[in-house]
Amino acid sequence: MPEIAAPAIIKPRRPNILARMFRTLRLPVNDPFAVAGLLIYLVFIATAVFADQITTHDPTEILYTPSYDLAADLRPGQDGFIMGTTSLGRDIFSQLVYGSRSALLIGVTAAFMVALIGSIIGLVAGYFGRLVDAVLMRLADIAFGIPFLPFVIVLAAFLQPSIWNVVIAMALVLWRDTARVIRSQVLTLRTRGYVEAARVAGSSDFKIIVRHIAPNILPLSFLYGSIAIGWAILTEASISFLGFGDPDSISWGYMLQDAFASQALAKQAYYWFVPPGICIILVVSAGFFITRGYENILFPKLNR
Amino acid sequence: MTNFKAVGSRLLQLALVLWAVVTILFLMFRLMPGNPMAAYIDPTFTLEQQQQLMAQFGLDKPLWQQYLIYLGNLLQGELGQSFRYREPVGERIWTLLPNTLVLTFSSLIIAYAFGILAGAYLAWRRGSFIEQAAIPAVLTTRAMPEFWLGMVLLAIFSFSLGWFPAGGTRAPGAEYSGFLDLYTSRDFLSHLILPAATLAIYSQGLPLLLMRSNMLDVMKEDFVTMARIKGLSNWTVVVRHAARNALLPVMTSFAIAVGYQLQGNVVVESVFSWPGLGRELVNAVAASDYPLAQGAFLMIALVVILMNLLADLLYAVLDPRVSHA
Repeated sequence: MPEIAAPAIIKPRRPNILARMFRTLRLPVNDPFAVAGLLIYLVFIATAVFADQITTHDPTEILYTPSYDLAADLRPGQDGFIMGTTSLGRDIFSQLVYGSRSALLIGVTAAFMVALIGSIIGLVAGYFGRLVDAVLMRLADIAFGIPFLPFVIVLAAFLQPSIWNVVIAMALVLWRDTARVIRSQVLTLRTRGYVEAARVAGSSDFKIIVRHIAPNILPLSFLYGSIAIGWAILTEASISFLGFGDPDSISWGYMLQDAFASQALAKQAYYWFVPPGICIILVVSAGFFITRGYENILFPKLNR
Repeated sequence: MTNFKAVGSRLLQLALVLWAVVTILFLMFRLMPGNPMAAYIDPTFTLEQQQQLMAQFGLDKPLWQQYLIYLGNLLQGELGQSFRYREPVGERIWTLLPNTLVLTFSSLIIAYAFGILAGAYLAWRRGSFIEQAAIPAVLTTRAMPEFWLGMVLLAIFSFSLGWFPAGGTRAPGAEYSGFLDLYTSRDFLSHLILPAATLAIYSQGLPLLLMRSNMLDVMKEDFVTMARIKGLSNWTVVVRHAARNALLPVMTSFAIAVGYQLQGNVVVESVFSWPGLGRELVNAVAASDYPLAQGAFLMIALVVILMNLLADLLYAVLDPRVSHA
């Protein structure tokens, strides 16, 4: 970098968008558990993306052994089925791999919606205060009064059972936690000097919210979004397990339901119902570890 | 006293939330495909029953009138007739509620007893290897799907080892003369252990983490330093001075946990065929028994809302520094 730049080059230069994003998001790279969590996420995302290449069979196809028998209840390794087969002759390994796809889809969309709705409501309530705040926070109280899982079950059953309806039902309730936290954060932010200065300089409310307040709460939204990923995956698993899931998608919850309904417990088919649970635990706890790493960065006082 | 005013406004808020949840429930059960009468009337009911229900719920009237009638009925505790059981929904729910409450409270009491002790211990051993290893382990239990944990426990302890029965609340054919007789019988307890353990393993994380972080906060306070300066033993300082104060917020979280637990019960009761509210809700929704589904939902919502209130009030009572804002 030249010490004296030609005046013509001096523009309000901004660091490139990626670097800014990383700084704003502040990835927790010093916490070993958070790093492990990030690695699990990477593997998980890669599996979901390359599911077609990784799987050995079509997860919904009913398979047969080389001797033309139904490949039902095969143990891991038998006849080349890495993790065995289900009672209806489907390949468990391939189902497990495809399950990552619907988990990723559910987790990311639900988290995005929860963080988005929660942040907007929190921003608006905290910034405008008074009546707007009172109304929005009473709405949050109401959302806290709705039993979450029963609500999702009833909605998923009455609307067509599909991934999207499960996501919508979750977003309708879970925005409450994010909104409350963001609101209280905005309440302190809006009294800061630079917000006052922007107001005096004649910035519109919209501009103040978007340019001056929103960037400050972004890490917090991200934090609540990453908590919501875990919640969404667990909820989808419960919904599918109870039989209200999307019948067209293979998810870990669906696999567990299939195993439970097919007496896998009595058959001692651990190779069938243990792996989907482990996958859920890995992905959800990875989210928790990343979240914890974030908390340590965002709220160093809590660091213990 | 501003306290009365504050409690009053909190009660007003409670009424608002109750009304809103009841309204959402009304609208939700009219979302379903098909005839709105299907919410209360099953085609197999006799004509006489059908007409009686039509009149009782005003099903031939416009939506807003139905809504008012619905509110009026609720105030009288009238929830309609279950399609499958041919009995009033209210009665059905009252017979299921004790099973759910026994399961919820027994698992939560175990979870809290363990969580509080372990949390205090981990705070005391702050920075040790065991603490470093325990925290991620606890977070992992929070990441488990409860029903999966139930399945694993069932497969091991019921199907493989045969120590416990696989589901239900009593041995087939067993008769009990009364409430207390059943709930204290060996038969019932052996059915209770696995589902209660499942829920307890999942729930212990909350009190544990809460207790630990409260302890760490309290240990920094002046009165703890004072106790140390006085030369009291480590045990006395940790248990008699720090733990007692750290305990308050954990106790209020118990009320919130009851509300959460009822939601988790929905899946765990299904795994263990536990005849409670959650399993009934799932079965009712699956079998299109709308009045029963509605009633079970309402009952769960009611407990959640009341427990939220209780937590707020308890918090203020136990810790006078908290004002009702």
